[in-house]
Amino acid sequence: MRAIASVDPLLAGHFSWVVLLIVAIKVLVGFGALMGAVTLMIWFERKAISDMQSRIGPQRWGPFGILQTLADGLKLILKEDLVPEQADRFVFKLAPYLVVVPALITFSIVPLGGTLTIAGHPVMLQIANPPMGILLMLAMSGISVYGVMLAGWSSGSKYPLLSSVRASAQMISYEAALGMTIVTIVLATGSLSTHNIVDAQAGGVWHWNLIRLGVIPFAIFIIAITAELNRPPFDVVEGESELVGGFHTEYSSIRFGLFYLAEFMNTITMSAIIVTLFFGGPAGWVPNVPHLRWVFPIVWFLAKTVTFAFCYIWFRAALPRFRYDQLMDMGWKQLIPLSLGWVLIVAGFLVRPAWGFLMIALVLFAWILLTRAFALGHSRERGDESVLRTVGRRPLPGDVIRAQSDEES
Amino acid sequence: MSNFMTFFGGFKLTLQHLSRPTVTTSYPQAKRAKQPRQHGRHVLSRYEDGMEKCIGCELCAGACPVDCIYVRGLDNPPDHPVSPGERYGYIYEINYLRCIHCDLCVEACPTQAITESKMFEFSFTNRTDAIYTKAELLVDDQGLPQRLPWEDWREGEAAMTGGWMRATSPNGEAAFEGVVQWTGDLGVGVRAPEGGQSSNRDDEATGSKQLRNVFPKHLLPEDVPLDQRGLQGMMNQARAKMPRRHRRDDR
Repeated sequence: MRAIASVDPLLAGHFSWVVLLIVAIKVLVGFGALMGAVTLMIWFERKAISDMQSRIGPQRWGPFGILQTLADGLKLILKEDLVPEQADRFVFKLAPYLVVVPALITFSIVPLGGTLTIAGHPVMLQIANPPMGILLMLAMSGISVYGVMLAGWSSGSKYPLLSSVRASAQMISYEAALGMTIVTIVLATGSLSTHNIVDAQAGGVWHWNLIRLGVIPFAIFIIAITAELNRPPFDVVEGESELVGGFHTEYSSIRFGLFYLAEFMNTITMSAIIVTLFFGGPAGWVPNVPHLRWVFPIVWFLAKTVTFAFCYIWFRAALPRFRYDQLMDMGWKQLIPLSLGWVLIVAGFLVRPAWGFLMIALVLFAWILLTRAFALGHSRERGDESVLRTVGRRPLPGDVIRAQSDEES
Repeated sequence: MSNFMTFFGGFKLTLQHLSRPTVTTSYPQAKRAKQPRQHGRHVLSRYEDGMEKCIGCELCAGACPVDCIYVRGLDNPPDHPVSPGERYGYIYEINYLRCIHCDLCVEACPTQAITESKMFEFSFTNRTDAIYTKAELLVDDQGLPQRLPWEDWREGEAAMTGGWMRATSPNGEAAFEGVVQWTGDLGVGVRAPEGGQSSNRDDEATGSKQLRNVFPKHLLPEDVPLDQRGLQGMMNQARAKMPRRHRRDDR
């Protein structure tokens, strides 16, 4: 009982059916809102990116084609569900749910608005407020890696397998940088709970983590989260030119639909998480309107989230896909050292400014050392003192014959 | 630094495209104007006196890269000849499941008997319909192509039959501009020559238009013709859209 109570403070008090009903309604509304938002997001993405490419985009169903997603979903449900003969059937069927369920759960920790009083109970407009808070997001994104990885592995096909190898490597290497930036936020807030993180940023724009922590954690976070989501320009997992469709090549019907759903659900959720962590969540100007004061935080939150959702679409339209080695270089050689250094600097300033400046000096020194090390490594790999011998091209049949005839003569 | 700016140039460009008009159209509802020389469904022409132009020489079948044309010639019956020459096309069939509309048959034809209309929107529900015989290809007594139930003809497409023939001096030699080198058609007469590439073209008479005048919005800013740029250009376009009787200073 205590474990459940920790999820929502409403349940911690005296047990009553009203409280249970409120919580149930909250969960249902949250689920419905997320599902509705996903259909709208898919439509919005397709429409916005077609505008950016001077196309028309979906237009047949509903005004401006807004019901296109429903039509697509219906089509996917009605299609034949294929399982390849080589597939590991159980894992193959399990994998889509391993992607969708974490995407849903992550959304539950996002504070959608302020506090509302229903039937004498103060209700947080947030599905759950567990004490581990933001760690839940890291855990869930860790599990969704399994979904992608197992989907590729269990397909019994080589391109999905390659894609799943890429997915696991990419997600693991970017998760480190992601975790480090979250550590800076948690250090500054002193709490893991998303509710407290939002509360700590309530005092206006200058208190937002974006500015309070310097812009660097935000920049690292948005890059790392884009890589974590497999969104362009980091979608090497789904690189059509190399891997056909990526890990979901062998999937069809509603199982494919679930992957699709999860991808867009994650985009919304992560936009919401960015807003929560760096932009004060629902914080914003609230006019003094009686009985409707609780609406404005929700509107602020939605506006900020839509802005970031649009940014993701914009990335997709504007940026070409990274090469796999560039992706890994960026993750390990730049983002992880930078986020580590920034954690040290923030921690130093939290203790005492003198410590902060010491940390800056230390980080600068380490940065020079690292740059030198990377340059050295690069020259060992490619430069004059290269220890690697060039392999050259594979001999063509003509070369083989010529070599043989040279030997004979 | 320039690298940095080109990185953000992509963002700027995509944002600019949000406000630009779309290039694609929602096709079955909105149809784009066709080019005057678009290659469409073939037409077998007749002379002004009603005689068929085809002489059954089978050069079109020989030129066809996909072997979609089947022709058999036969001697003209002496009492009621079909074509002015010695022979006429007795069987003429084109298989539109194979045809790629390359117009090589039109170029090969010595009597300009086979030309192409601009109509490309036709679909069949069986393979037999896709093979057009002489009965379907030959123009009617008014000199217009026949309209079959599964064909979607637009306004003015029949009038532009033989667009390739009307292209004067395709090699760009100015000496051949305005020179008519072809025979008349039933119902139409001798078609006017089309404007060439030199300055003495007569678009009013030929009905042809320069591409860059038709699609200025798809051009780079520096390629847009001078009379269509800026405020003056907007006024010119508005005037071109007005009915002719309202225009004041039109030549």
